[in-house]
Amino acid sequence: MVHLSGEEKTAIATLWGKVNADEVGGEALGRLLVVYPWTQRFFDSFGDLSSATAVMGNPKVKAHGKKVIDAFSNGLKHLDDLKGTFSSLSELHCDKLHVDPENFRLLGNEIVIVLAHHLGKDFTPKVQAAFQKVVAGVANALAHKYH
Amino acid sequence: MVNLNAEEKSIICSLWGKLNVEETGGEALGRLLVVYPWTQRFFDSFGNMSSSSAIMGNPKVKAHGKKVLTSFGEAIKNLDNLKGAFAKLSELHCDKLHVDPENFKLLGNVLVIVLASHFGKEFTPEVQAAWQKLVSGVANALGHKYH
Repeated sequence: MVHLSGEEKTAIATLWGKVNADEVGGEALGRLLVVYPWTQRFFDSFGDLSSATAVMGNPKVKAHGKKVIDAFSNGLKHLDDLKGTFSSLSELHCDKLHVDPENFRLLGNEIVIVLAHHLGKDFTPKVQAAFQKVVAGVANALAHKYH
Repeated sequence: MVNLNAEEKSIICSLWGKLNVEETGGEALGRLLVVYPWTQRFFDSFGNMSSSSAIMGNPKVKAHGKKVLTSFGEAIKNLDNLKGAFAKLSELHCDKLHVDPENFKLLGNVLVIVLASHFGKEFTPEVQAAWQKLVSGVANALGHKYH
């Protein structure tokens, strides 16, 4: 469970209301694939990932980024029970997708970077601190069912 | 040693030329202290760090942030020998300052976030990838003399 104060929860909700979640998702996933190229191994069926431009423009990357961020947005509505919320997804990523849970931390980090990138000055240290708690909580929740 | 190709080196130097070392250093160190509050333990003599505003406005934080990022500038002149460039600082952080080397990774990450928030469109995925290799190389170099 992630421990957020009332002020932090408000800051997160306000920030999330200002961004285009779909865009954030596509960009975060794209940047993950560019910055940590080994992550591309999970997306063999996505077609052209041969350059940064190809990755960032790839429609399958954008679509999957949206899917991921939709799940993340759902997490934001259930900050008091992230483990429960992500339980099925945790089992899926362990049992079927075989994704090293370290990658959840890397992707969480990319989401933070994309938010900083989009929001500039609005991404204050306090907002960053609150958001980093959330992405850490989501990463832990996604790893929770691993065995 | 960090393996950067010529294009990545050029990307790094180009962004370096555009940033304000004092502001960026101060902000990165400040955000580290806000987002990861346990890091404040290394800076007992810095005075008021009781809130995010206090930290970000603290003159000792700003001054030390500038010092840290200035030495980062040395890395940029020695991309082919980061371990050599940071040998003495590595010994200092181990033997005298007793800093857990994990904190170098955290600070490197915060620096990337600050760059993302300052540089907007310029902070493309390729630029991010080059800088993330660099901060990772610097963190490794700073950890290299630990025993």
